[in-house]
Amino acid sequence: MAKILMKGNEAIAEAAIQAGCQAFFGYPITPQNEIPAYFAKKMPKIGRTFLQAESEVAAINMIYGAAATGTRVMTSSSSPGVSLKQEGISYIAGSRLPCVIVNIMRGGPGLGGIQPSQSDYFQATKGGGHGDYHLVVFAPATLQEMADLTKLAFDVAEEYRVPAMILGDGILGQMMEPVEFSDYTPRPKADMSWAATGNDGSKPRSVINSLYMEPSELESMTRDLFATYGIIAERETLVEEYHCEGAEIIVAAYGTVARVVKSVIAQLDKEEGAPKVGLIRPITLWPFPAETFAKAAAQDSVQSFLTVEMSMGQMVEDVQLAVNGAKPVRFFGRTGGMVPTAKEIKDEILSICKGGAR
Amino acid sequence: MAKTFDRPKALTDKPFHYCPGCTHGIVHRLVAEAIDALGIQEKTIGVAPVGCAVFAYDYFDVDMLEAAHGRAPAVATGIKRVKPENIVFTYQGDGDLASIGTAEIVHAANRGENITVIFINNAIYGMTGGQMAPTTLIGQVTTTSPYGRDPKVAGYPLHVSEMLATTMGAAYIERVSVHDVPNIKKAGKAIEKAFRNQIEGKGFSMIEVLSTCPTNWGMAPVDALGWLKDNMIPQYPLGVYRDKEEEAKAQ
Repeated sequence: MAKILMKGNEAIAEAAIQAGCQAFFGYPITPQNEIPAYFAKKMPKIGRTFLQAESEVAAINMIYGAAATGTRVMTSSSSPGVSLKQEGISYIAGSRLPCVIVNIMRGGPGLGGIQPSQSDYFQATKGGGHGDYHLVVFAPATLQEMADLTKLAFDVAEEYRVPAMILGDGILGQMMEPVEFSDYTPRPKADMSWAATGNDGSKPRSVINSLYMEPSELESMTRDLFATYGIIAERETLVEEYHCEGAEIIVAAYGTVARVVKSVIAQLDKEEGAPKVGLIRPITLWPFPAETFAKAAAQDSVQSFLTVEMSMGQMVEDVQLAVNGAKPVRFFGRTGGMVPTAKEIKDEILSICKGGAR
Repeated sequence: MAKTFDRPKALTDKPFHYCPGCTHGIVHRLVAEAIDALGIQEKTIGVAPVGCAVFAYDYFDVDMLEAAHGRAPAVATGIKRVKPENIVFTYQGDGDLASIGTAEIVHAANRGENITVIFINNAIYGMTGGQMAPTTLIGQVTTTSPYGRDPKVAGYPLHVSEMLATTMGAAYIERVSVHDVPNIKKAGKAIEKAFRNQIEGKGFSMIEVLSTCPTNWGMAPVDALGWLKDNMIPQYPLGVYRDKEEEAKAQ
């Protein structure tokens, strides 16, 4: 299949349709509006469901209902809207339902802005809603990854009965790049016998629920959930290591920022006497590729780490935990919708070198 | 001796947790009888609320979902849109439907979602211990209106059936009561009609059921039935508020 030039938001929607997403429920918010628009145009023509909900709260609860029937479903939003969905996401996680949630991040807190940001990292990776749970969080850096990771997200969500999130930002959502749609090989169909689809008495009835009046039962359910998270961490962690061999400084960045870092590395490669810089790019933010960072920290060549984010510093805490004091971990960020430039990142790297970290 | 009275098939054998004299048990039975009468047990999916009926998923012998507080109509929408062949109902109280879930119920009605909603109005929050509901009567004493509901502070009783009847999408809206046998029979018929409407694809149907809460009203069960009749019915008149089919015939 030929490559198609499209917007990131459209690539997510098209990939979801190809992955067999039967229903989309969402509410308008910038900068993700191309996603619902794409579904609104395509879904009725192929006998599938698009519905604009009355709110993000309603949309995520429609997802809860549809996901409970074992149907592939998706919702998308942007930061303030994703905050509204947190109640429903917590119920979905607690009820062990698979679904895909897209967050095309914009600046916050509050109404924030409509420009790209990565300041929902904590919300996405640490739970977001109430209770003990995680989402599997995919962080694409290219439009190709937006398509491929969307398909993967559906498969992973169903295989483990957990909600998965695509965490992009306004740049990735709005930019255009060529996308190839035939790259992805779907996983074998998961067991969906738990789904609520009506009961003819041939099996125990399905009760989709996250309420446990006995603390011991809730604890045991939560331990089961975390046992599943352990398996996910073992099998599904994705990370890119770029130019890390013999690097003196390792930059940690994901999504849009990782692209800027790659161009910085390309520049520095050409400069005589420039420090050797590598990039570790988490592709899953949860599970976090902590082991990759720990291994890099153990390398003699590596003097220090620099985490770059479009936030005041969120992923940097996971990098610090992974590096565990073995090497210094520094942070550089822009926030509020400001995107760090290649020059800023390069200057930051050079200032670390001047500071004697080399 | 032959059995002349039995549990409906659509109810499990789990004993209800409801307080003595609470009318939830009656309404559960009416819903189950309607499911039995229409022969839809195998394809029915119910959505339980947050409130006293939170454990409804233990009592209805059909596939069940437990929704977040007030979100049952959105959850039911999600089910029905992807599984139109299933019969989907929500069972919600007045805190759930008339307070925190007003957006979800209004828009489900206005979209004409082909679902059945059973709305229990007992003018108080039961599960949390007797707080003021949007449906609490003026002057009614609750733990959060200890001097009686004062409209200057807390507004007025919300008339959900009347409000939803103004939406273009609602197909059938009726308010019934379960304070005596003739009214229980009427309520049963209304609930069955609300399910039949869905089978026939007529769209959104809601039955508001005036109910008692002897525990939180601080009354003996029989007194509570009398209080419902004397105080709630004048505020919440019984009857059909919307019947799209009849309206079409009349035109």
